[in-house]
Amino acid sequence: MDVVFLDKTRDDAFVAEVERESGQNVALCYQCGNCTAGCPYTFAYDIPVSQIMRLLQAGQKDRLLKCKSIWLCATCESCTTRCPNNIDVAKIMDVLRHQARRHGLAGERNVKVFWDAFLDSVKAHGRVFELGALATYVTRTGRFWTDMDLGPKIFPKGKIGFKPHDIKGKDEVKKIFDRFMEESSK
Amino acid sequence: MSSPRTYAYYPGCSGLGTSMEYDISTRAVCKALGMTLTDIPDWSCCGSTPAHTVDHSFSTALSARNLKIAAKAGLSTVTTPCPSCLTNLKTAGKNVKDAEFKKKVEILLDGQLPELPEVMSVLQALYEDIGADVVAEHVKKPLTGLKVACYYGCIMNRPPEVMEFDDPEHPIAMDKLMEAAGATVIPFPLKVECCGASLGVARKDVVAKLTGKLIDTAAGLGVDALVTACPLCQMNLDLRQDQANAALGTRHRIPVFYYTQLLGLAFDLPEEALGLDKLCVDPHHALETAKERAQNTKVREETA
Ligand code: SF4
Ligand code: SF4
Repeated sequence: MDVVFLDKTRDDAFVAEVERESGQNVALCYQCGNCTAGCPYTFAYDIPVSQIMRLLQAGQKDRLLKCKSIWLCATCESCTTRCPNNIDVAKIMDVLRHQARRHGLAGERNVKVFWDAFLDSVKAHGRVFELGALATYVTRTGRFWTDMDLGPKIFPKGKIGFKPHDIKGKDEVKKIFDRFMEESSK
Repeated sequence: MSSPRTYAYYPGCSGLGTSMEYDISTRAVCKALGMTLTDIPDWSCCGSTPAHTVDHSFSTALSARNLKIAAKAGLSTVTTPCPSCLTNLKTAGKNVKDAEFKKKVEILLDGQLPELPEVMSVLQALYEDIGADVVAEHVKKPLTGLKVACYYGCIMNRPPEVMEFDDPEHPIAMDKLMEAAGATVIPFPLKVECCGASLGVARKDVVAKLTGKLIDTAAGLGVDALVTACPLCQMNLDLRQDQANAALGTRHRIPVFYYTQLLGLAFDLPEEALGLDKLCVDPHHALETAKERAQNTKVREETA
């Protein structure tokens, strides 16, 4: 059993920050477990989503920002839809990811690397270039064999473009990324 | 049905690649129904899941760029086939109703936002604006005998406060459209369960387990095919079906159609216009089985 020493690790400022960024009142959670019961990812989580809510109430910043669950959450909105107290749980999972990123943490590195590769592609072309994003992911993770089995299934279908679809306004899109970087470093 | 509206169409990035058959069959079906889709000029990526895991004003800005272009073109309704794009576009529209949030987004876009158009899925437009009865009137070759399970995926209807369409636990729009096309819809208990979404690349094991459950359940119900409305769901269930089979020790081969492909077949549109050849699990066997079944039933009825 995990024991949480509230007096040593409670971070109230963290709770306030998550509440502000998500617009949710975490005190409303009464641990009914509905969110966990409906979460399709519980089998792969290191902390089930209802326990994330409990640890959040207890201000356990370090545990939460380092956990794997927040990177495996697929934003399926099951928890948000089913929470009897109308807590937007999926939004809280998102905000925890935002904070983990700001602290340079990623409990599931490959998931983050894949998402970043996707966004880099959008930044470069204005639209995601699927094959390019996959190539970036493979390069950054060294996982060369990822989905090699799918190649013979999909390439003959002519669905995978070998060239990015650059848009005219790609600089405009790039500037959204740049301004975001600028704003978040303020 | 009111007079056919003009919709600003947002195809989404996968429509140019891995879900091109969804894009072309959507366009073909809408055209057959007399709907006008005007592509949002020079549309850009909505950022999908990755963007909202970074920051909400950032993902809203990526979506709002597109909504702004549609508004400038004088189009009041944006429609998209992809539920992931839909969520982002709809959430963006909601987010900017908050004045302070809107200001942050306007800084990222370096310009003021006009009033943004409403956003709906193509599924919603077909079901609510056109209607299943009008869809049925366009059916020339009913899909009689074809047993399908409709799979909506997790976010087409959830959360209800944002998506504002159909039921978050038991959606029926696709079921009704498939019935209108003459298919036999088998109740599917996992219609809104998540398929593993974009974790396919980084955590194949997780996706194999989740899609495996969906395919196995559908197979257990004796369906000929699954029908989807989401590019990610379709890809996980179809392209990755063998990965799921390997993980589960099963040998299912269930074709996974986009609902627009089946509507198109019922409208008797040519297969090329629906991209049937783009599906990984060949659907022809299922279509033949359905035809035989329909034929047998007919013979039985006639001799009875
Ligand atoms: S949104 Fe995330 S935490 Fe909530 S049920 Fe879905 S996967 Fe689980
Ligand atoms: S469903 Fe809501 S109230 Fe119940 S445990 Fe989850 S967050 Fe708490």
